[in-house]
Amino acid sequence: MLRTITKTLVGAVFAGGLLVPHAFAETTLNALFMAQAAYSEADVRAMTDAFTKANPDVKVNLEFVPYEGLHDKTVLAQGSGGGYDVVLFDVIWPAEYATNKVLVDVSSKITDDMKKGVLPGAWTTVQYDGKYYGMPWILDTKYLFYNKDILEKAGIKTPPKTWEELGAQAKIIQDKGLLKTPIAWSWSQAEAAICDYTTLVSAYGGDFLKDGKPDFQNGGGLSALKYMVDSYKSGLTNPNSKEFLEEDVRKVFENGDAAFALNWTYMYNMANDPKDSKVAGKVGVVPAPGVTGISEVSAVNGSMGLGVTAVSKHPDEAWKYIEYMTSQATQNQYAKLSLPIWASSYDDPTVTKGQEELIAAAKLGLAAMYPRPTTPKYQELSTALQQAIQESLLGQSSPEDALKTAAQNSGL
Amino acid sequence: MSSTWMTTRAWLLMLPLLVVMVAVIGWPLVDTVGLSFTDAKLVGTGGSYVGFDNYTNMLSSSNFSRTLVTTTLFAVVSVAAEMVIGVLAALLLNQQFHGRAILRALMILPWALPTVVNATLWRLIYNPEYGALNAALTQLNLIDAYRSWLGEPATALTALIVADCWKNFPLVALIALAALQAVPRDITAASLVDGAGPFNRFRFVILPYLAGPLMVALVLRTIEAFKVFDIIWVMTRGGPANSTRTLSILVYQEAFSFQRAGSGASLALIVTLLVTVLAVAYAALVRKTAGSAA
Repeated sequence: MLRTITKTLVGAVFAGGLLVPHAFAETTLNALFMAQAAYSEADVRAMTDAFTKANPDVKVNLEFVPYEGLHDKTVLAQGSGGGYDVVLFDVIWPAEYATNKVLVDVSSKITDDMKKGVLPGAWTTVQYDGKYYGMPWILDTKYLFYNKDILEKAGIKTPPKTWEELGAQAKIIQDKGLLKTPIAWSWSQAEAAICDYTTLVSAYGGDFLKDGKPDFQNGGGLSALKYMVDSYKSGLTNPNSKEFLEEDVRKVFENGDAAFALNWTYMYNMANDPKDSKVAGKVGVVPAPGVTGISEVSAVNGSMGLGVTAVSKHPDEAWKYIEYMTSQATQNQYAKLSLPIWASSYDDPTVTKGQEELIAAAKLGLAAMYPRPTTPKYQELSTALQQAIQESLLGQSSPEDALKTAAQNSGL
Repeated sequence: MSSTWMTTRAWLLMLPLLVVMVAVIGWPLVDTVGLSFTDAKLVGTGGSYVGFDNYTNMLSSSNFSRTLVTTTLFAVVSVAAEMVIGVLAALLLNQQFHGRAILRALMILPWALPTVVNATLWRLIYNPEYGALNAALTQLNLIDAYRSWLGEPATALTALIVADCWKNFPLVALIALAALQAVPRDITAASLVDGAGPFNRFRFVILPYLAGPLMVALVLRTIEAFKVFDIIWVMTRGGPANSTRTLSILVYQEAFSFQRAGSGASLALIVTLLVTVLAVAYAALVRKTAGSAA
């Protein structure tokens, strides 16, 4: 009898011993990513699987939304008091997310090794007011892609170094009857249009804000929009650009219907994949051009970071997951659609092999990355600018008037 | 049974539903009214009282008036087209022919699709580079080059209305079809004997039976169309140059993108008020139609 009781007790202790750590360790993280550009959904899933294999006590639920829904989904989940532990955020949101306490300050978790190893430009993605609100993850800018085949047929030896030259080369291609409209952009009423515009603002040496007030309606900001309108009206730009997002630009380019296209890193290896692309092997990439006397190259900071939300109940596990996703080993392994944030990766053969051209463009482009304005009212500013760009393209308003109106409606 | 008991019992039976409605509709509505008088942000602190500022700012903004016009245009044209196409489809499907059952089932398909799927589908059809519409129209020699249907303000709203009609006419058709089956055969037969032509048969014999049910469809569709959001958000996000931005999109931008919950709430209430006025006007109309039909 006593033995039975002892056995039962011992059994219970063992069972309990097995159960207790199990019950405590099972943590579920909810993470929000985007389903376009940069790392593919398959890449993110594979990275996450590797993380959960190394950390069997953590489970990660992944959710993917289009970029256009990423901001609102994050804020809405926060507003309803729950949802995500880890969110992907664009370089333009930390100001707003910090002000409204969407993300937690992780400054204390950024180690010296991280600070030394990560490219200095990447940190601007996650910083606001001197504090860190996450880890940079996608280091990206818009490059000028060109179709080598078409340029060769047109007798063009080198891709354009200036925006003016881009127009001239496009004209040659058009005149020779190689393509009706050689340039493709993403000018839909969306953030994509602002990224193309910002690239041009950086080329023309413009400013979005001066002393916190709009300044894009003057100088370089105005020249940038005028360039867009001229290129559109001259017929060198594909007129459908005004309803294109990045994915539309990619399809047009991969179909051989564009000689030049402005797009993110991810297009390089996708357009070079013969499974989906008709232009595989003919894809050239250079930094976006500059403007004579003002800039050598131009670039928009289109980087994105991973942060821990203020409503997360598992901030430590969430940070562990972010550390894994942004680690040099993980990023080097998946360097085809998005390039690493780590400086030494750019000389690592596992990263550079087979994409030397992209790496060469990245070294120049990433160093020239120009930020979109850092303000908690960014969404309003962006919406006003999107309207200005579209009204100018459609000829409803002159670039001067459209930008002046945008300045008034920017909320700043 | 006394009439007091009847009344009490009726209220008792409705009580569970009333409680649920107050909880999920009444309370948020009251909360929204409160919010609309503050400058509250979507996240963070509650905001302070600003009186009617949100309302006056919103009503006087050019965004609001322009958006109201766009919304009204969308609602009027799409609902009118849905009513006409729906009734015509119902008349057709009320005839005896082989394969009618299959056709009736197929017709419900667009309506059964989620709006987002429908919108994505139409975006592909309208695609300026490889869309089916461009291919069809160029092959028929109706246009000489591919066009950007959703990228031009002149065609974007029309393109959206077509997509919305395709999705929603089956609802009208279903309601009309049900009503058509209630038309007594002897009356249509008698009118045929009396020598009434097809139009007169429809106008004087069939339409009186349809009027009541169609009124219900009209009310439902108008209110829905006035609140339209998803199909437009997926297809154009209000573009190009805000030419397809409707009131609901404006509410969404104000409250969620710009995170001005207070001002967004005031706009949402303005929209609710407009829809209520429409609903009341229609309700009166329904009562009148029902009265004259009897």
